[in-house]
Formats: sequence, structure tokens, C-alpha cells
Amino acid sequence: MIKFSGKTVLNLNINGENLDVVVKPSDTLLYTLRNELGLTGAKPGCENGDCGSCTVLIDDWPIKSCLMLTVEAKDKKITTIEGLKNAPIQKAFVENFAFQCGYCTSGFLMVCNSLALHKPKANNHTIQEWLQSNICRCTGYEEIQSAIKSIINNEI
Amino acid sequence: MIPFDFEYYKPQTITDTIKLYHDLDLMGRKPIYYGGGTEFISMARMHNVYSEAVIDIKGIPELNIHEMKDNELIIGAAVTLTQIAELNLFPLLSLTVKRIADHTIQDKLTIGGNIAGTIIYRESVLPLMVADSDIVIAKKDAVDRLPLKDVFNKRMNLEKGDLICQIIIKKEYLNLPSIHVKRTKVEKIDYPLITMVALEKDKKIRTAFSGLGGYPFRSSKFEQLLNSNKSNKDTKIKDAINSLQSFITDDLHGSSEYKKFMLHNMLYEALENFEEGNK
Amino acid sequence: MNINSQIGVSTPRKESWDKVTGRVKYNGDIIPTGTLHGKILTSVYSHAEILSINTSKAEISSGVQGVVTSAQIPILTGPLIEDRPPLAKDKVRYFGEPIAIVVANTEEEAERAVRLIEVNYKPLPVINSINDAIKPDASLVHDSLGTYTCDADDIFPKAHTNIVDEINIRKGDMDIGFSESDIIFESTFKLPQSDHIAMETRNVKAEILPSGKVVIYTSTQAPSSVQKDLSKAFSIPESDIAVKVPLVGGGFGGKSNTFLEYLAFIASKAVNGKMVKISNTREQDIMSAPSKIEVEATLKIGATKDGMIKALRSRYYVNCGAYSDSGPRMARAIASECSGPYNIENIYCDSLAVYTNHPYVTAYRGFGHLSLTFCIERMLDKLAKKLDIDPLELRIRNGISPKDLSPTQAKIKPSNIGNLSKCIDRLKELIHWDEGSIVKMANGNIRAKGVSCFWKTSSSPIDASSAVILTLTSSGEINLNCSVVEIGPGTKTALAQILAEKMGMDVNKIHVKLEVDTETAPIHWKTVASMSVFMAGNAIINAAEDLMTQIRHIGSKVLDCSPADLDISNQRVYLKDNPNIFIDFKDIVHGYKDPLGFAFGKQIIGHGTYFMKDLTIMNKETGMGYVGVSWSVGAQAVEIEYDPLEFSYRLINAATVIDAGKVINPKSARSVIMGGMSMGLGLSTREEFIFDDDGMIENSSLRTYKVMRFGEQPEYIVDFIETPQGDGPFGARGMGEHGILGMPAAFANAISSATEEEFDYIPITPESIWKVKTGGKYDTF
Repeated sequence: MIKFSGKTVLNLNINGENLDVVVKPSDTLLYTLRNELGLTGAKPGCENGDCGSCTVLIDDWPIKSCLMLTVEAKDKKITTIEGLKNAPIQKAFVENFAFQCGYCTSGFLMVCNSLALHKPKANNHTIQEWLQSNICRCTGYEEIQSAIKSIINNEI
Repeated sequence: MIPFDFEYYKPQTITDTIKLYHDLDLMGRKPIYYGGGTEFISMARMHNVYSEAVIDIKGIPELNIHEMKDNELIIGAAVTLTQIAELNLFPLLSLTVKRIADHTIQDKLTIGGNIAGTIIYRESVLPLMVADSDIVIAKKDAVDRLPLKDVFNKRMNLEKGDLICQIIIKKEYLNLPSIHVKRTKVEKIDYPLITMVALEKDKKIRTAFSGLGGYPFRSSKFEQLLNSNKSNKDTKIKDAINSLQSFITDDLHGSSEYKKFMLHNMLYEALENFEEGNK
Repeated sequence: MNINSQIGVSTPRKESWDKVTGRVKYNGDIIPTGTLHGKILTSVYSHAEILSINTSKAEISSGVQGVVTSAQIPILTGPLIEDRPPLAKDKVRYFGEPIAIVVANTEEEAERAVRLIEVNYKPLPVINSINDAIKPDASLVHDSLGTYTCDADDIFPKAHTNIVDEINIRKGDMDIGFSESDIIFESTFKLPQSDHIAMETRNVKAEILPSGKVVIYTSTQAPSSVQKDLSKAFSIPESDIAVKVPLVGGGFGGKSNTFLEYLAFIASKAVNGKMVKISNTREQDIMSAPSKIEVEATLKIGATKDGMIKALRSRYYVNCGAYSDSGPRMARAIASECSGPYNIENIYCDSLAVYTNHPYVTAYRGFGHLSLTFCIERMLDKLAKKLDIDPLELRIRNGISPKDLSPTQAKIKPSNIGNLSKCIDRLKELIHWDEGSIVKMANGNIRAKGVSCFWKTSSSPIDASSAVILTLTSSGEINLNCSVVEIGPGTKTALAQILAEKMGMDVNKIHVKLEVDTETAPIHWKTVASMSVFMAGNAIINAAEDLMTQIRHIGSKVLDCSPADLDISNQRVYLKDNPNIFIDFKDIVHGYKDPLGFAFGKQIIGHGTYFMKDLTIMNKETGMGYVGVSWSVGAQAVEIEYDPLEFSYRLINAATVIDAGKVINPKSARSVIMGGMSMGLGLSTREEFIFDDDGMIENSSLRTYKVMRFGEQPEYIVDFIETPQGDGPFGARGMGEHGILGMPAAFANAISSATEEEFDYIPITPESIWKVKTGGKYDTF
């Protein structure tokens, strides 16, 4: 049985690297990433799972890191925005002006990246299902839609 | 940010888990079972829940089962809503869970957590209600398989330390004609104004609802009126809705009168669809 | 030597790649080791006397370094009227009002200790609506109104009432106007209080160094104001306050006044100046921090049979919530622009700013203009219907044009306003207006188009100013430094484009300092009012001229000619007559060293400034005055599909045509307009604070406060007209806020015509339509 109590050093697989980090059981993954590891690409926007700004990938699936305990991420593969290296969606966001203030951008990019990985031929309905997990307050969403569609082999 | 400290346990067997819970409880640690954790973390942040010992149940193999066995679909309580939707063995359940919270949350939210949660909607229980599902519950001394209807009345009626392990649905229910409709106030990502599931078995329509009142429910009286042999659909539906008069309440999502109006339309469409399917 | 134009080009944001890699730093991303954390205790009543505050348990809670209440800081703050204690003193005036701060080693410890503070309240009667506020015997939100210090001469609080200010417009003669009218009618409108919801919640770090220097790290649209406000509130010389602002995660007006900065300073002071971070939770950002105004209005309009508007009598109430902040200025903006972009000779308007026990308000995208636009544009649609005139034709007939006078009797000139009729004409084409505004579809649904025009001016203080400094790198590229904050719209990239255009060089060779530091950057009023490109752009043009004068001067020495013989482009200065004779910037901008070993010249630094011209305060009796340097105008439409059986609707199309004067960056401009439209559609369909009977907000999280989400947007149609603004940089005019302005009106107009009912409020939900259409009873079905 795994047990964590008080502060512990935990080895986490983040962006392809195994990193030691001090955690206590009540730390959220968002907190650990930002405050212990300096990976501040994931943003707090509500800390309630509503806005998606803190989205990271756990074993390649999008997860709101504000609603995950760091200890849950043991033995999982964590990918943050800092781990995206020249992913097509990043270029697509730049070219389509798919952000303004940029605060929600990391979260949107992680969802888009996972979508492209799992559903490379996602139809409009599926794109919508996935991307409705995030809030952008600056754009009209059309820009983000253009960006995701430019990298999805959209058949319908 | 969770403003209190707790210990985190991740046991590997049901027996260990149950024992751990009771041991911790005796020590006054206010243990809590932790599945997806989405509700626990958001409530903890607001000081609406407190525990000194969190027991993560995702390490227990029986709670991660998700397969057909002996003509039954077995879904472990720790299976996430996304896993249910992706495997899609019970389409009505898939449709229902795909409209709970949002897609990213579905990657974390477990079916056990949704059924046993504090938030009143518990929409994933609706398909289980109309499909006469059983639920496997680990208790202090035994693991019992019970009909859902015997343990779910407004909410899961569990004793302290009871652990939901699995949900079992008989194969014959999985692909019956069925309908899922979720209506919200405006936005798609929202708690339901009304969520309805309907399933046709033996030429009778079974329905279950969330959002109409304070908890998910299935009513035999309602179904009886809905399935009456009156020829006029509107009359049948009105009779059925009238049987719920006192149950349907006003809330932030809509007035009770509006809910009745919406429900009427939803039922009308459902009846038409089932009729169409029977032609 | 010519280079392609650098404006009218969709240059990606300078910080694009830093944003898509998560590397951009917002204020909350930088947490130096050792930073302490402040947590705020907020009021659980919307109006109550504070009988006692007991902090003793919190003080001894683990990790706690300090606890602050109003007892330690007996000050009042406010940009216009000093009516707001940063921490509630003697009484609380809204649910969510800050009462105390706990500073602790960690956020958890601070949060735990906050819960240990005991406050004894004695509830008072709650002013829960505008109507409550203006009742003759209403209880008072502020007993001391009338004795508060006012920082402006043109604000007139009414003692012993809840009225913060009243602005009057008196233009022409109402009796004449109405007597010339064939048709006169009146309507009442309502737009609820709601929130900005910038994705980055407000957050601040403050420290006070042993030297006495105060350093504030904050997410603000107004670094210079924060400096000024803190200086005044705490009697610290401005020069001892440094305000540092990295990129900001959205503002929409909500970060344009000082709020959390006061608290962070107080918190730091309580712990001997150590750095303290205070970050709003989303719930606090919604409830405690300032929000958007609520407006109720009654308009009476008179027109001739052929639709010429002869008279407009309007009365607006602006709910400022518990404290005045910028509320009275939005009431003033509404009054000064109350006609919309129409020429109306006889206008009386009374605009009253009132206190209630709701969260207080501050600037919000549109600065009151979206409210007045909603009211006047609904009136125009009603008038069109009553007279059976095409709604757009009616707008063209009444459209304001040069030589007309605004409600404040400011002269409209070709150089200070866009071309409304061109916007309308283009809109007509884009939305296929000629195919009809109502179409019945085969499935029984109804497609309806609603339209709205808008206008907006800056409504700024009369002394708003801007300035920039240009330095050069040794490779002859230019560093641009100013206090405009990059809050999202790509302003700093647009400014780089303006500089590149003026200098005739590649925009990639312009380096914009994205972060703002008041210690090194010159003052820019605020990044608000859609005026940043206009103001800083003009300052840049002046700075570039300054730079070029200096470059020509040294160039003339090197090339042995007169400065007048020289031209500049592509980072070189050359002979007009023979461009092959040139010298590169890199060889002269840090002084010139000639091949013979002599050196002369000096390091070249350019500067430029801008100051608002010819603005005046409004006359107290008549409202006469110049409130802005230019008016941006535009025309918008929303097309919906209405289901008459379910009383529901879908957004199909939404269009904006705006006269931007000159579009600096088309893709950015389009995105900013769409973003505004998206917010406007959010307001139209779902956004509002829901208050219970005790004045408590029931939807204070993003779970329950709803905004537009991906996939709910209509098809957006955006186009620009370019009628140059006489004094705008390359003719550019403000457009950052404007997408929002006419959306609620156009939407309500579309819903009203589809349902054949009149919807004079927002948001309009399917349930609200159902209620109007059926009486709201299931049994009547």
C-alpha cells in the first residue's frame, strides 16, 4: 500500500524527465508544477475545474491540474506546455492569432494537442466537446477553431 | 489550494481498503474514499469537506474492471467517465456521461464518484436506474451484490465505510432503444435544467430524471401514466407530469413551471422517437 | 531603398512564441522564495454594522506573521470620491467586501487563520436595487456622503441620499422637439450587473525596502495610477514607489483602478516590509473586486412620420454598488453620448449614479456606452417598426455627420468621426439585408436579423497623456519603451508597426519592452478607453521625428551635406538624390568613428509625447463640453434562428463593420472585434449577477457565472471602413472595446422581431422568452 504523510520527496516523470520534488499529500498538481518546479505555463484561473487554464496531460489525456493531487501523478507521464516542442498546434495558434492575452493559451494548447493525438480525424462535434472544457475571454473562439482545424484532418 | 493537511493512502485490495477505513475512523481521522477527487478538491478548497486521511481507491484492481463477463457488463467504480464513453459498451450510459461536467473533467471523474457524490445531479445513475443495474458494495464483513434500487434512494444509502466497487448491467439492457436528453439553462457545460434518460423494454418506456427536483429519481407511478393506453400523447404526458407536481422545484437553472414545459417537450419527442423505432 | 508598408499588415504579436510555449510570465508566475502570503477575510453580509473584530486566534495560528484590519489604516480611497476604506471600517457595504488580511508563511496557513477571525455584525437594511436606492426614505449606504473628499471638480454627490452624482444634458428645447413629432413613445430598459472575468484574477506582490522604497508588482492596466494612488493614500512620495507590470492576463477595464494594491501594501507594511503576495480566488475576483455597472433607463423619443428624430428625453440610473470608483464617470459617459450616433437637436438627459449594497463597479469594456447603445438602438428599432421604415434606413436618415452637434454640443468634424453610412452600407451587403430580416424556414424555425449602430468616444480625463522613449542598439535596431500595458489586444505590436512605418524599417527590428516599470518608462495615462494606439502611437510618431532629426543631423556631418538633403529608411540615412550614398544607423547612432580615427556625434535617444487636445469638463447645467478627441462609429448585426415551439434560439451570424480610421494590424483588429462581440453575446444571452433577497451573489464561481464557450459562437463577419482620423497615427482611431457595444442591442432586436415581442433587457434566455410568450404557466400550454 502506498502511503504519503507530511512532506515527501516524490519522483515524477515530467516532460520526459524524472524529477525529484518535495510534496505533501494535499498539494495539487497545479501547485507543485508552478511553485515547486517553476513550470508556470499551467495557470490558475478558477482552481475549481471550470476554466481549463491549468490543463496538463496525464498519460497523454487532458487533466485539470487544479483538481489532481500531485501524489496521484506518481508513475504517470506528465506533459505540460513546457514539454510541447514545436507541436503543430503551437504554430497554428500563432498563425491564426488564436490568443490575445495568452493566459488561457497553455490550457487550450494541451487539450488541442491531446485531441490531435487521440482523434486525428475529429469531427466538429468532437472538437467542440473537447474544447468546451476551456474558457477564453479575449478571442471570439473562431480563431482557436481555425487553429485546431488546420491541424486536424477534418473529414466531416 | 487545499487549506488542510491529510495523509494519503492508496491500498491495493478491497479488504485492506475497508480495514484501513475503519481503523482510521476509529482513530478519529475522518477518512474519505477518493476516486477522481474532482469534488473533494473543489469542496476542500471552500472548506466544505474535511478529512485527515484520504484513501485513494484507484489502485484496487476490482474497481478498475471494465468488461463484459458472463453476459454482464461490469464497470469498476474507479473507471473514469471518459473510459466509459470511449469503450462505449452501454451507449445510453456513454451519452449520459459525455454530458457530465466537461470533457477534460470526464478524464478524471469516476463513475463511482459521480454516483456517490455530494453534488445533487449524479446523472450517471440515471441509465443504471432504467437498466435495473446491480451494484457491488464492499462492507465491513462482506462484499454484497445488490439491486441499485435497493441502495439508491435519492442518494446512495451506504453505511460508514461502505465502498462502491462495481456496477453490473445485464447484457440484455445494453442495446435497447434508448434516449438521453440534457437541457441546460443556456450553456452546454452546466448542471442540468433537466437530464432525462429513457429506455424501452418489453414495450414499456422507463424514464429517470435529474434536475427536476433535489435528486435523481425514477417513478413507477410516472412510468405507469406515461405508458397508459390513452391514445393522446399530450394527455398521457400531462398526467405523468402532474404526478410530479410537488417534486419539481424552482432553482437557479429555471422555474418549476418552465421545467414542466421543457419536460413535456422532451417526453413528447421521446415517445415519438420510440414509436418511430417500433415501426 | 523602399520597404513595404508595415501597417495594414498582420504581424504576429511580438510575444506570440513566448505565449504558445508557456514561457510568458504573468504577475502570479513570479514568486520569489521567502514571499509571504496574504489572505483576505470578506464580509458575509451586504450591509451590516461591524460591532467587533477579534483577531486574537488568527494571530497565534501557525505561520501567521501579521493580521491587519481597518484599525491600522484609517484611510479612504477612490479615484473620484474618497469613499472606500480598503478594509471595511465600522460597517460593511457589500457581500464580499474585504475586512481583514492575514499574512502568513504559506497560503494554506493564511487561509486557515482567516477562518479564525471572529466578526460580530449587526445587519442593516439592504439596498438591493436601484429602486431601493432612490426611494425617498431609503436607508443610506454612505451616511457621510457630502463630507467625502472629491478629487475632481466636476462631481456633485448629494448628501443624505444614495445619489453619488447627477449629470444633465440640456440641448435644444424639449417642448419644441416633441411638438414637432408625429409619434412619441417611451420605454424602460434594464442591463444587469456582471463581471469582467479576465482569465488572470487580480494579484499583487508588495514590498517595502529598508530605504523606504515601495515596490509593487501587479496585474494592472494603470501602472501610473497605482503609483499616484498609493502615494496619496499613504503619503509616500511618488518617486519612492515603483510599479512593475509584466504581461497581463486580460483586463477589460477591471484592472484600471487601484484595488488589491492597497491591500498588498498594507499587508507588507504589517510585516516590516517583507514581500507579500495577495492573489484573488476566482470567487473573490467576482464578488470582492469591482465589476460592471447595472443600468436602468427610461427613454422617450419623438419623431416625424418620415422617421426624423426630433426629441429624446432620457433618464439613466447607473448602479455603482457600494463605492463610487469610476461609476459616476460612466454615468457621465452615458449622458454625453446618449443620442447614439444620431443627430438629435433636442435632448434632455439626466444620468444618476447611485449607491447600493452590491459589489462596487469600475470601468468595463465600453465604459457605459454599451448600455446607452442598448437603450437607444432598441428605441430606433421600435420607431422603425411603428413607422414601418427599414431599421437601417431609419438609422441612415438620422445618422450624425460633420457639422452636427453631439449631445454635449461638441462639433462633429470630418476629421474626428468615422463614416456611419458607409459602415451601414457595408453591413447591409455582408449580412444580405436585402434578402429580408425575417425568414421562415421549412422546419418552422424563424431566422431573424437584428441590427445596431454604435459610437464611442474616449471619455478620458482632460489631461490624459502619453510618452515614449526610443533607444538604439549597436546594430541600429530600435528599442521602444512606454507604459502601455500589454493586456491582450496586441497593442505593443501595433505600436511597433507604427514606429516601423514611420522609420521605414522592418518591424522585426523594433524591440518593444513588453513589461512596464514606472521607474524607467514614461507615463502613459492608462491602458484603457481604446486610446493606447492613438495616444502612444502619436507619441511614437513624435519620437520617431525626434530620432530622425538627430540621425539626419549626424548623417549630414558624415555625408557632408545638409540634413534636408537626407532621407531615412531601412535603418540607414541616405542622400535623397542618390540613395547609393548612405550610412547605416549602426555606424552613427552611438556616435561616429570615421576611418581616419576621429570620433564625433553622440548616442542618439528619441522621445515623444502626446497630450489630449482641447478637452473640457462638462458644464454642470447643460452638459456642454468636449469629452473626447474622436468618435469611432460602426454598425453591427446579429442573426439568430428562433424555435417558436421551444422558445429557444441559436446564434447564426454576428457582424461588425467599424470605421477604424486605419487598421494597423488586420488579424489582430479582427480578433479584438470578435472578442468584443463574444463578450457582448455573453451579456446578451447569459451573463449577470444573480442576487438573493439579502444582496448576496448566488453565482460567484465560473461553475455558475456563465460565459461564452467554444462552439457557441456564431459565424463572425468583421469588416473595416477606413476614414482617417485627422490627428490619429496614420489615421487610426480607437477600436479595442467596440465589438461589444451593439451586440446586446442587435441581439435583442433580432429576438424581438423573431418573437414579435419587445425585449428591453438582457440577458434573454429561452425561459425568459417562454415566460413572455406563454405567461409562464405550464398548464396554459
